[in-house]
Amino acid sequence: MKNHHIIYAIFFISIILSANQQTATAQEKYVSKNGHIWFYSQTPLETIEAHNNQVATIINIKTGAIAFDLLMKSFKFKKALMEEHFNENYVHSETYPKCTFSGKIVDINNFNLTKNGKYKVEVEGDLTMHGVTKKIKQTGTLEVKDDKIYATSKFDVKPEDYNIEIPKLVRDKIASTIEVNVDIVYQLFEKR
Amino acid sequence: MKILFSIIFLFLLLNLKGRADENLLDELDSISEPKVEYETSAFKTTRIVSGHSIQSMKEGELEFRISHRFGSVNSGVDGFWGLDQSTIFLSLEYGITDWLELGIGRTSNEKTVHGFAKIGLLKQSKGEVNIPVSLSYFASAGINTMSWNDPKRENFFTSRLSFTHQLLIARKFNEYFSLQLTPTLIHLNLVPTALDDNDIFALGIGGRYKITNRVSLNMEYFYVARPTWNIENDFVNPLSIGVDIETGGHVFQIMLSNSLGMIEKHYIADNTGSWSKGDIHLGFNISRVFTLY
Repeated sequence: MKNHHIIYAIFFISIILSANQQTATAQEKYVSKNGHIWFYSQTPLETIEAHNNQVATIINIKTGAIAFDLLMKSFKFKKALMEEHFNENYVHSETYPKCTFSGKIVDINNFNLTKNGKYKVEVEGDLTMHGVTKKIKQTGTLEVKDDKIYATSKFDVKPEDYNIEIPKLVRDKIASTIEVNVDIVYQLFEKR
Repeated sequence: MKILFSIIFLFLLLNLKGRADENLLDELDSISEPKVEYETSAFKTTRIVSGHSIQSMKEGELEFRISHRFGSVNSGVDGFWGLDQSTIFLSLEYGITDWLELGIGRTSNEKTVHGFAKIGLLKQSKGEVNIPVSLSYFASAGINTMSWNDPKRENFFTSRLSFTHQLLIARKFNEYFSLQLTPTLIHLNLVPTALDDNDIFALGIGGRYKITNRVSLNMEYFYVARPTWNIENDFVNPLSIGVDIETGGHVFQIMLSNSLGMIEKHYIADNTGSWSKGDIHLGFNISRVFTLY
């Protein structure tokens, strides 16, 4: 029964191939568990600034897929009262604890992120916050240096796009567009 | 044979599929560090109605409170349904750290100077650490500064003092609903008659329901256990309903209560007003928070 041997051989090769592919996939993925995202709201009356240093994010440099995941409650404000109002009255962190982004780098084939260098990229995908998902397209920079990827981006978000209501009474204190900054250092994903 | 072929085929297909639509968000869940998510803001401010809530000032925050109770509604046109009279309580409350608040105040009721401490012991949390309730210990002392009832007898300074100990056990069930149990011990150094107990035990229950982002409905009741009853005074358990309105740094609390008091001794131990007899007081608290640093 020689045929059987051939089939078994194909079977094992396919298993080995699949295992190989998984290690290959891991080589393509870069992650960060403590990425930094912060935002500003600036009006003549009040400057509001909050930082989140616990952003989890992953990037696949082959496919260009990129995802972010953060807890709204992890945004830290200078004033405790602001933080309370942010969570309680604006983004409702109890009901919508997370903000996520899932998307991809546009024209990933034009970039070789295995090589050191600075690349200006465009990222598009779904930003989900306060129970609302919006398609967004923003630019950012990726700097590849010695097996690390430094990602930065700066873009504007409109609270009203995500059904975040700002009452008339405080409209002078909260900007209608919030400046969001992203600063991530990705490292090669090593499976535990 | 066919089965083997189909298995191989499936394997190859799965490999390909795994490549095509990888869900990075799911993968993120598996790599992100387990976090502790603390519950915050079970109540809008440091009082449910008259009684202390689990909330306390954060480090560097100072709260100025103006609390006011009018006379009873049953005083009729002669007392302008209570608006002729007023009892006031002014206080300053400061967060030394996120878990320690100190406060000082004075109420016109028995001209009492009042000091207290609120110490956070447990914080409700979920995620990596699961704690079902928040727990704080509250202690206060009051000094009655009125002139002596009977100046002829030997009076001691200690007779002016009263003390309160409370455990504040609160749970925020969801964004809207929070509940608090408040076991209370009040110690009065001097009581009016020999029949009165110096130690009074009570159990408070208070809750809030958020109607909108900035408005909540609050209710508070204290069951007061009195083993011996004073014959002259009919003590009544305090029941209050209120509305919290938050506007930025201010919280306005408007309430109806059968109790005139604003410190524990007065609204729990000394209350004689009764809802059924119309001893209902309109009142308000205004809280203003300043961030000092």
